[in-house]
Amino acid sequence: MRANRREFCKLLGGGIVVLIVQPAVLLGQRRDYPADPNAYLRIDENGRVTLFSGKIEMGQGVHTSLAQRAAEELGVSVESITMVMGDTDLCPWDGGTHGSQSTRFFGPAVRAAAAEARTVLMKLASQKLGTDQLTVANGVVTDGKRKVTYGELAKGKEIARLVDGKAVLRSVKEFKVIGKATRRLDGKDKVTGRAMYAGDLRRPGMLHARLLRPPMHGATRKSLDTSKAKAMAGVTVIENGDLVAVLHADPEVANSALQLIKAEWEKPAAAFDTESVGDYFLKNVPGTDKSVGATFESTFRTGYLAHAPIETHTAVAELKDGRLTAWVGTQGPFQIRSQIAQALGLDESKVRVITPFVGGGFGGKSRAQQAIEAAKLAQITGKPVMVTWTRAEEFFYDTFGPAAVVKVAASIDDKGKITQWDYTSWASGGRSSEVLYDVPGAKIQTLMARGSTNLHPFGTGPWRAPGAGTNVFARESQIDIMAAAAKIDPLEFRLRNMSDARGRRVLQTAADAFGWKGGAGPSGQGRGIAVSMDAGTWCAMAAEVAVDRKSGEIKVKRVVAAQDMGIVINPDGAKMQMEGCISMGLGYVLTEELNFKGGEILDQNFVTYTLPRFSMVPRIETILISNDDLAPQGGGEPAIVPMGAVIANAVFDAVGVRMYRLPMIPSRVLAALRS
Amino acid sequence: MQHDIRFRLNGRPVSMDTDDQRLLLWVLRGDLELTGTKYGCGLGICGACTVAVDGQAMRSCQTRLGDVQGKNVVTIEGLERDGKLHPLQQAFIEHGGFQCGFCTSGMIMNAWSLLQQKPHPSRDAIVEEMDGNLCRCGAHQRIIAAIQEASK
Repeated sequence: MRANRREFCKLLGGGIVVLIVQPAVLLGQRRDYPADPNAYLRIDENGRVTLFSGKIEMGQGVHTSLAQRAAEELGVSVESITMVMGDTDLCPWDGGTHGSQSTRFFGPAVRAAAAEARTVLMKLASQKLGTDQLTVANGVVTDGKRKVTYGELAKGKEIARLVDGKAVLRSVKEFKVIGKATRRLDGKDKVTGRAMYAGDLRRPGMLHARLLRPPMHGATRKSLDTSKAKAMAGVTVIENGDLVAVLHADPEVANSALQLIKAEWEKPAAAFDTESVGDYFLKNVPGTDKSVGATFESTFRTGYLAHAPIETHTAVAELKDGRLTAWVGTQGPFQIRSQIAQALGLDESKVRVITPFVGGGFGGKSRAQQAIEAAKLAQITGKPVMVTWTRAEEFFYDTFGPAAVVKVAASIDDKGKITQWDYTSWASGGRSSEVLYDVPGAKIQTLMARGSTNLHPFGTGPWRAPGAGTNVFARESQIDIMAAAAKIDPLEFRLRNMSDARGRRVLQTAADAFGWKGGAGPSGQGRGIAVSMDAGTWCAMAAEVAVDRKSGEIKVKRVVAAQDMGIVINPDGAKMQMEGCISMGLGYVLTEELNFKGGEILDQNFVTYTLPRFSMVPRIETILISNDDLAPQGGGEPAIVPMGAVIANAVFDAVGVRMYRLPMIPSRVLAALRS
Repeated sequence: MQHDIRFRLNGRPVSMDTDDQRLLLWVLRGDLELTGTKYGCGLGICGACTVAVDGQAMRSCQTRLGDVQGKNVVTIEGLERDGKLHPLQQAFIEHGGFQCGFCTSGMIMNAWSLLQQKPHPSRDAIVEEMDGNLCRCGAHQRIIAAIQEASK
């Protein structure tokens, strides 16, 4: 299926190609990594370095930070590296870009490959210059007098090397590129409009498709009349079972044609809605009551969340000479390749998925139904087909972050030490549900974890740090509840119950930077604190809010976040992710929640589903704690995790009212203030 | 209705014989092959499709082709001069005012239009004028910093 090593080098052209075989575990993958090597790095005759990665760039910045990893070991500038990402013909197999894994698990492979390439190049340089007293900078090797470039060394060579892991990696002290704030390599393309996304592709004879959609999930079609659409000049109408589509070279004409299709549907009754979802879960999936003897019992709830990337799901598919090529905005090009092959009845070797820049993913582009739709239509019509979901389709077929319920039963002793922790979650999964605090015999039960339930009336899936935001909202709120009951400062209460050195350090760092003044809550000042550990990264936050008692509106004024993520590759990129997590996190905490009635999605656009806006964003300060003894940890998700708790805790400090439900929309705040 | 449409696009005259009810967004992205202007919501709420018409920010997904007849349209592709980035574009790079980049063209065009009207806006004015543009990645703080930098 996959080209062998020799074929591969031929495909890429001459020069020096470094390949690597990594055991699955090193790449953080659950399934077996193919045993046949695939290229990671090539140095061509012009000295250009190309790095091949099955990961994709959706805004998180690995396009730049992976290049930094290679540049560091290779001794070249970051700018001299060309990234080829998410192309299933050219890049090594990958399990998908999610879970803050690119830096943790793929990064080490990049470094190893680059170190191997440097070893080969230095050997060639030493033969050429007759000495092994050599140094390299910006791709130029010198003995102090004479110089030879990587390009000159690679010229006319066809060397393929398999990484044996023996090449010595640079130490932290030697780093020149890693750890330096580096401007993003995709910057110029993105500020000029030149960056290519799936929707920017144009193929000869390409048609835009619009598909008939049911009015709600679970609806079945009773009748169909496409005659008026068929009568429109130049419009192609496809009726293929459930797949009903209209196609035209102009997307507006395709859209007009869709409006002419008449269909009647049978709709199932709704079992629950936005407000009753939590009770429905509790009724249908009873947990075992372990709360015997607990002093504190709390129930926390969250709603369904839309990913709402600004780029809707988009794909172009073209079938040519028996081979299908699909350009897809996706987080999992290799998974989509398999799905397309299966849907079309083709061998995987006959399908190529190419991933241009992705306009935001957040977990929602792990599935790519639109690519299968485009591929099927390309197969049926014989023409290249683009499918661009409308915003309403994006809200309808999103794999929503699930609504969830968490029950905590806990106790403390008279010294403010936690003595009991019984934690049960419904639908939030186990991620970040660990106690973190020193509690002997803590019990954690995970019900309705992802993939184990069919109670959701529509698709659900991973939403940036899946379930972790819910779990930490519950845990860190419960910690605050107990600190207040014990009349202990919430920072002090946490430190008293936590022995983990990294955890203590992030808490103290965030508190110091914030100017945390001790004292039991509520103080009326609107200050909150929370801590989390996700994807190997510790994050602590302190926030200040104001609550309008009349309107119930919460204004977040300031957020200070401290993060320990081990070695930091690109401090600027890491801070961007922290800021992004905080800004995006304001949504699920304050405004965002999918409105639905059974399988009927009531939100179809940003009119009713409110994303964070400029006016909502507080002053944000981020601190990266230096920890060069630890390998790089996750960066794309950890800082979104404590947002619910830190704001809820600050609201409690402001007005003395505990919020048990996210998002904290004004009506819920008012209801809590009144009760 | 079929019409002879004439307007200036990024400084150059454009002449088309087409339906004047078509939306500017799809004409730009299709017929005129300028794909920097993005579709995000189709209702003029997200701002990804923002272009400038006679110096004013307009949502091209809500603008009929007939509405730009005889006018001056500037898109993200029209900001560079002789291969040199506009100071706003440069500031977006330096401050990291983007992540996925999909809202970026609209952000820059909205900010460019703001600076046409108000060369030195206050921070509050920037927030107010940019509030209708959505960024899902959360680059807001850096976008504000970039606009402030470019308006010095």
